[in-house]
Amino acid sequence: MLRWLIGGSREPQGLAEKSPLHTIGEEQTQNPYTELIVLKAHHDIVRFLVQLDDYRFASAGDDGIVVVWNAQTGEKLLELSGHTQKITAIIPFPSLESFEGKNQQILTASADRTVIVWDCDTGRPVQRVSCFQSTVKCLTVLQRLDVWLSGGNDLCVWNRELDLLCRTGHLSDTGISALIEIPNNCVVAAVGKELIIFRVVTPTEEALEWDILEVQRLHDHQDNILSLVNINDLSFATGSHVGELIIWDILDWTMQAYERNFWNPCLQLDTQQEIKLCQKSNDISIHQFTCDEENVFAAVGRGLYVYNLQMKRVIACQKTAHDSNVLHIATLPNRQLVSCSEDGSVRIWELREKQQLPAEPVPTGFFNMWGFGRVNKQGSQPIKKQQEIATSCSLELIGDLIGHSSSVEMFLYFEDHGLVTCSADHLIILWKNGERESGLRSLKLFQKLEEDGGLYLSV
Amino acid sequence: MISAPDVVAFTKEDEFQEEPYNEPALPEEYSVPLFPFASQGTNPWSKLSGAKFSRDFILISEFSEQVGPQPLMTIPNDTKVFGTFDLNYFSLRIMSVDYQASFVGHPPGSAYPKLNFVEDSKVVLGDSKEGAFAYVHHLTLYDLEARGFVRPFCMAYISADQHKIMQQFQELSAEFSKASECLKTGNRKAFAGELEKKLKDLDYTRTVLHRETEIQKKANDKGFYTSQAIEKANELASVEKSIIEHQDLLKQIRSYPYRKLKGSALSAGEADHTQNQTGKASTTINPDESADAEIYTSRPDYTPKLIKAKSTKCFDKKLKTLEELCDTEYFTQTLAQLSHIEHMFRGDLCYLLTSQIDRVLLKQQHITNFLFEDFAEVVDRVVEKEGSVSLEPSQDRPPSRCLEECLIPKVLISVGSYKSSVESVLIKMEQRLENEYKKLEVTEVSSFDPQENLDYLDMDMKGSISSGESIEVLGTEKPTSVLPKSDSQASLTVPLSPQVMRSKAASHRTISEDSIEVLSTCPSEALIPDDFKASYPSAINEEESYADDNEGAILFQASTSPLELGEAEEGSLENAPSHTDSSCCIGKESDSLLAPLPALAHKLSDDDGVVSIPPQRYRQKDQGFHVDFAVENVNPSSQDNSAESFPPYELDPHCLLASRDVSRTSLDNYSDSTSYMSSVASTSSNRTSLSSHATGTSSERHKKRAGQNALKFIRQYPFAHPAIYSLLSGRTLVVLGEDEAIVRKLVTALSIFVPNFGHYAKPVKHWVSSPLHITDFQKWKLIGLQRVASPASAGTLQALSRYSRYTSILDLDNKTLRCPLYRGTLVPRLADHRTQIKRGSTYYMHIQSMLTQLCSKAFLYTFCHHLHLPAHDRETQELVASRQVSFLKLNLGLVNEDIKVVQYLAELLKLQYIQESPGNSQPMLRFDYVPSFLYKI
Repeated sequence: MLRWLIGGSREPQGLAEKSPLHTIGEEQTQNPYTELIVLKAHHDIVRFLVQLDDYRFASAGDDGIVVVWNAQTGEKLLELSGHTQKITAIIPFPSLESFEGKNQQILTASADRTVIVWDCDTGRPVQRVSCFQSTVKCLTVLQRLDVWLSGGNDLCVWNRELDLLCRTGHLSDTGISALIEIPNNCVVAAVGKELIIFRVVTPTEEALEWDILEVQRLHDHQDNILSLVNINDLSFATGSHVGELIIWDILDWTMQAYERNFWNPCLQLDTQQEIKLCQKSNDISIHQFTCDEENVFAAVGRGLYVYNLQMKRVIACQKTAHDSNVLHIATLPNRQLVSCSEDGSVRIWELREKQQLPAEPVPTGFFNMWGFGRVNKQGSQPIKKQQEIATSCSLELIGDLIGHSSSVEMFLYFEDHGLVTCSADHLIILWKNGERESGLRSLKLFQKLEEDGGLYLSV
Repeated sequence: MISAPDVVAFTKEDEFQEEPYNEPALPEEYSVPLFPFASQGTNPWSKLSGAKFSRDFILISEFSEQVGPQPLMTIPNDTKVFGTFDLNYFSLRIMSVDYQASFVGHPPGSAYPKLNFVEDSKVVLGDSKEGAFAYVHHLTLYDLEARGFVRPFCMAYISADQHKIMQQFQELSAEFSKASECLKTGNRKAFAGELEKKLKDLDYTRTVLHRETEIQKKANDKGFYTSQAIEKANELASVEKSIIEHQDLLKQIRSYPYRKLKGSALSAGEADHTQNQTGKASTTINPDESADAEIYTSRPDYTPKLIKAKSTKCFDKKLKTLEELCDTEYFTQTLAQLSHIEHMFRGDLCYLLTSQIDRVLLKQQHITNFLFEDFAEVVDRVVEKEGSVSLEPSQDRPPSRCLEECLIPKVLISVGSYKSSVESVLIKMEQRLENEYKKLEVTEVSSFDPQENLDYLDMDMKGSISSGESIEVLGTEKPTSVLPKSDSQASLTVPLSPQVMRSKAASHRTISEDSIEVLSTCPSEALIPDDFKASYPSAINEEESYADDNEGAILFQASTSPLELGEAEEGSLENAPSHTDSSCCIGKESDSLLAPLPALAHKLSDDDGVVSIPPQRYRQKDQGFHVDFAVENVNPSSQDNSAESFPPYELDPHCLLASRDVSRTSLDNYSDSTSYMSSVASTSSNRTSLSSHATGTSSERHKKRAGQNALKFIRQYPFAHPAIYSLLSGRTLVVLGEDEAIVRKLVTALSIFVPNFGHYAKPVKHWVSSPLHITDFQKWKLIGLQRVASPASAGTLQALSRYSRYTSILDLDNKTLRCPLYRGTLVPRLADHRTQIKRGSTYYMHIQSMLTQLCSKAFLYTFCHHLHLPAHDRETQELVASRQVSFLKLNLGLVNEDIKVVQYLAELLKLQYIQESPGNSQPMLRFDYVPSFLYKI
């Protein structure tokens, strides 16, 4: 309650009423991030963060520059400028295995229809391709073949030297929205509502040319596919704008599971309701997946859902995890989940075995309620009991990180250095474990003292 | 019991004049009568108004070959400063003690005129009639047109306080040397240029004469020379000679730097000094000495003139002004340095001494001092320090011994002092020869009757100083490396025993009240040791073991100096300082830490009553001391009145003597207004625009005001403690209010509690009206935020509540504070609302001392190895953490939230220490997830 004392609520009144947002208050004993460094270099929305190695990461955004940072100190190492328009995709381009870790390169694609390969040690562009007909929206590297693919309105295959090996025909005007690698030299591209499987044909004795062949088109989604992710060696998952989650077999591309209604019961309502919900369909679109061995975590609208692969059902959820859409989620070790959202906050969740009191009831498919966020107390009462049996886990909020003043686009987790978040407010924030940093500084201090010889003088 | 800071405050600042806020007036019956002279526009230091000038100033005089001694200018250049003080008369006085052999001409052995590169002489003299005492710095500049090519000048620091001159002798000498060096460098440059012109003239004259002679030769075919031709030939010959002479002079002046360095290499201290100065010159003045040679040669084109055989009459020509003598650039540089000196030594001696000690102490805490010190000032101080460090130790001469005896290790064991104490020993060695000579003399002298001795001295003095009876030189010594040992004055007066000095002085006192007394003249390095010897004959007689004797001497002096002062009053207080001042310094330095000055002052005043025939002037001075204490009582009640009755410029603590210095007044007003109204950014711009001294002044005022307003805040708000805790623990405090002036005032006041990140401006933002951002909390630890009623401010408030976990919010309009709970014991001590402290500066000092204490705790915590690193490999992090906590609680005695304060300071210390390049990194924002509470009045 204290947060409201100084006047001015953090959100417009209407929204606050509508969504019983789970808040944690100011006492967050489990939140380890008690130190932050604000990194300022970008002049526009920062959308992408990629990890380069143990201590470096690169950030890129709408200002067209890529900045390489030291995650430990927050020092700006390099600024890579070469693009004239916003960057649309960035991917680390691992070098050949022989000298791994050295000579790190990254690939960036921009709305200026170029792709540049950068050397992250010198900050210089190594090579540049600018023969694209359309903006490259996604990049992927096939490490095994040492080629990379660019996806725009068509799909191109390039080698390390930036020679165009082969390309598909024009696929769609909207272009490829997501691209992942699957076994057998295949890639899955999400094009609108369709999933297209391509196979990259490597040169053999007979055919000296590289080729890319369309193998199959999957039409199971009813709306645009927003997210596409590899789960494990056996399956990959896709999520669509209307909240469909499909788990696919990675080898034969058959549907293993199809979930649509569990987070969006309203769609089974009568048409009147459906129209209403369609207007706010944004609330149920699946923006992002992340997964561990057992679960797929989905960012659905403002909520977070945990789908268990074994049980093939949702085992935990937070319907209103944030004030507005969740943009990125990732799992941390020790069963923690981090989510960031358009509301500018980052929240840390922990997946816990269900205790006696469920945090929030999960509506079953057939039992519908009013709206997504509008929990009807009376209506939810009977469901609760049912839910206790149905869900075995819960997502507990253990901390939130407030620093950005605009939507947090993405974050990156470093085992040793904490969390990096980037935002539409042009900033990058490095969140660190204060206690640990303090210890590190002490260590450094005594090292320096020893170098200076002060340690023994004083003894 | 008055503690030291209080006394210092009283002696320094006329704060009773200030009116920071309206305290309810005391009931009539409780009010203490005002300082009786307050209505007359004087202040308690008006003892000094016995002098005809209102405050210290610098006088530059010249011994003109045309009109004799004449004043050239004063700094500050304002007639109000010196008032009715007779500058002409005083110039005569100070120029007449210039005994140095600034001899240029044809020495017996050489064919050509020789330039004598004389060292400056430094003399302290007093004029009891005028009530003026002066440090006089004589220097000689070269002028081709002047008699013997030299123009004697002197710069004098004139003060009504003799003790100030005596005790600040080293500093004055060092600073004036810089100014003098600057003048002389410029002069050499100008002189060389002049010589070159002259050479060209001569050369041209020679060609013309040559041609004429040739023409005559051709015209004259009779085979004998006409008288005309002979005359021409003579003329030509004299021109030739003149050319050679001038060339020689040019060579000499060009060879100057090398010669000087060679000469000074003899004494390490001197060399050091010179290098210092040349270093200074090379940094501040672009052409440094070594480059001079090239500059000399690269003169712009010059059309030579024909030189008439007969030069114009001496009195017809107009002598060059000082500015013409030196390069304009150097001249302005010198003026800047002089006004710097004027600023530096402004104010009461007690204050100067205390701040010197303070500076030394502060400098030694180089690991922690950045936390709470005003850094602009410290940097300024460091710069000042550079010059004086090498000189300082001679003031407190045997450092290591003092350290044991006086329990003031910190002042004395700095590397600088150690180094130069070594240097002074070196000098000692060189002086051995001279000392032996002295010894010889002393044995002679000691057998004399004191009166005889005096006569002997006086006689000798008269011989060497060509001025009247009224001049009394008590101690003079020549710069040893420059002047020959055989010079009679050089060693003459040094071995005076105190008895001699006293009786001599006493006798003079009775004879001529208006005499000028040269209290001591000597080069900087040699002053104090010999002074010791002067007062303690035993030390002189056993020259070989002088160290031991000195030890004894110092011990004795340090412990008895107050007594001695009182004693000396009987005979001559005038003298007493000349032999006790060095020890006084030591005594005071130690005393000020243990039993402070009041003891001394009381002693003085007590004795005053007993003294049978106390000298008039000293009476007055002692009254001054009495007044100091009286003021304390008067102060609170007189605050309001005095603030009204005094013109604003008199509020300046640096100007205790009533001053009507217009230029400075405007400056002060400026800094006054800016100290409040400017944000950190604009203050820093002030700092660049104003001179560094102005910064010192304004920061002084700043402190005082800040202290006063902080005191007010503490009294006014019951929740001051958690607010201060927020600041100390690095949680940004946002002061929210509608009225900019009020917010700024409070922000300024509270900024004294804000720890710095490093050696740059405090992380304080005085006034901001745009919504705050996360970066602001990283950058600023204290923010004044505008509250606007318009809907536009909704964003501001929204941002504030969004980032509420990083901030404490002090709402001035609603008188609320929202911040975490504080249950420690540290802040209540720091900010007790029932404190008896009434004055801003006193409170500021209280805070400073408390914070220094805190810093030392943080230092201890930070640098305790075992607290942060595991003792062995198997030790867990938890164990280390528990050790930390127990150390903080048990060893440092910290309670609850106090721990966080020390931890925060420790983090800052760590950051500062491990930082490779200072100043570039911004610290991270550290915070805790702790609940906040709302406090209301």
